[in-house]
Amino acid sequence: MSSRENLLVILSTSFVALVLNIWPLPVWLSVIRPAFLVLAVLYWSTMQPFVAGMALGFLGGLALDVFQGSLLGEHALALSLLTYLALRLNLLMRAKPIFEQSVYVLLALLVYESLLWVIDGWTGHATSSALRWIHVLTGALLWPLVVGVLGRFHSQR
Amino acid sequence: MPAFGTSNVNRPIYGRGPSPGLRFTVYALLSLVLMYADQRARWSERLRYGLQGVAYPVQVAVNSPAAAWHWLTSSFATRTRLQDENQQLHTQVQTLEIALLRQHALEQENVQLRQLHAALPPLVKRWQVAEVIGVESGLLRQRLIINKGRNDGVHVNQPVVDGAGVLGQVAHVGPWSSEVILITDPEHALPVQITRTGLRTIAVGSGNPDELLLSYLAANSDVKSGDELVSSGLGGVFPAGYPVGHITGVRREANQLLAQVRAAPQAGIDRAREVMLIEFDPAHPAAPPSAAATATAATTVDADVTPAAKKGAASAAKP
Repeated sequence: MSSRENLLVILSTSFVALVLNIWPLPVWLSVIRPAFLVLAVLYWSTMQPFVAGMALGFLGGLALDVFQGSLLGEHALALSLLTYLALRLNLLMRAKPIFEQSVYVLLALLVYESLLWVIDGWTGHATSSALRWIHVLTGALLWPLVVGVLGRFHSQR
Repeated sequence: MPAFGTSNVNRPIYGRGPSPGLRFTVYALLSLVLMYADQRARWSERLRYGLQGVAYPVQVAVNSPAAAWHWLTSSFATRTRLQDENQQLHTQVQTLEIALLRQHALEQENVQLRQLHAALPPLVKRWQVAEVIGVESGLLRQRLIINKGRNDGVHVNQPVVDGAGVLGQVAHVGPWSSEVILITDPEHALPVQITRTGLRTIAVGSGNPDELLLSYLAANSDVKSGDELVSSGLGGVFPAGYPVGHITGVRREANQLLAQVRAAPQAGIDRAREVMLIEFDPAHPAAPPSAAATATAATTVDADVTPAAKKGAASAAKP
């Protein structure tokens, strides 16, 4: 598979993840909805670290900012940070069994949401609800499925 | 088998180009600049405008299954259901007509009582119907995306209502779409007045689509369950007297200075499919001393009628 094909696959799956992320849902479902785009970006930047890289994180985050109407650059910064960590630690993570990877994903999502939380607080947005942390857990639980689905789109070795 | 760029044999193990640290620094700085601009500077409004235009097709596409479902169910509605609905609408129209007649009479009486020749309430210049094409209903965000933007004359801070009451106001405008912040968004505060007592206060969104919080009422203030809330007209965004909701619960604790008052919004916050954008001018000078102005004020709901029709209504309303 050439890197151009790979890039196409990465962009299209990320777009699908973005759509899943902004799909209108009832409140209780949107609370437990995992951050699909973050998971997809995390997957591609650990499994194919040299194809899309940090630009994917930045642009994906910017898209989230636009569609969720948050402060411009907020999600972009958080997702760039995640891709940076993924690029640094991808060899470490790829060697682990899948459920151990889930723990790493949990930590990554925790870092992501904490950064958003801090930025929300600094800029005077509402931060009070504790339910914002739920997607961290559901995202980590979904990770094996993400690996299973996205793993079909590229040759693993 | 490497999954990319096989031709480049002596590529370093950590990718090409600048180091991840440097790239991250660049992206982080870019994000920080964007955040600063969005929070403080004015030019980011233009950037957002452009981005909202780019986002519009995707928003329409994401909403299309729901819209298609709605269209399908409404086009295959049964005859009996349509008849029922028709009957219901007939009764509604009759009730509204009677209410309108009464309102005309009251307006006239009011003008005479106050010896006024000009309409005092803010004039509704124009209203337009917009369709909801996206909902952002999270715990901390209560927003709608509607299919009218700058090209249709929508502007920031424009009040948005539905048939029952105040929904929210426009927060960001794009070329073809705009984002509406609902009154139940925790970042929205709405100046309201309790009709029974005339008490003015502020209703803050709770993040829950059927609850508003009146957090700034003293424990001894005269408020009870069932009281009606209307917009007070302070703040210069919403016209005065629009229905907002009613009080659902008052809790007073002996050791607290403020009462905990909750209210339910009147408008269908999480049900609205169509909303109305009203345009009124707070800096509007008092209307010219003629009966036409009072007629315009009396027919605020159908302010969209043509000038000729308005004139006709004015002459009809003359005593």
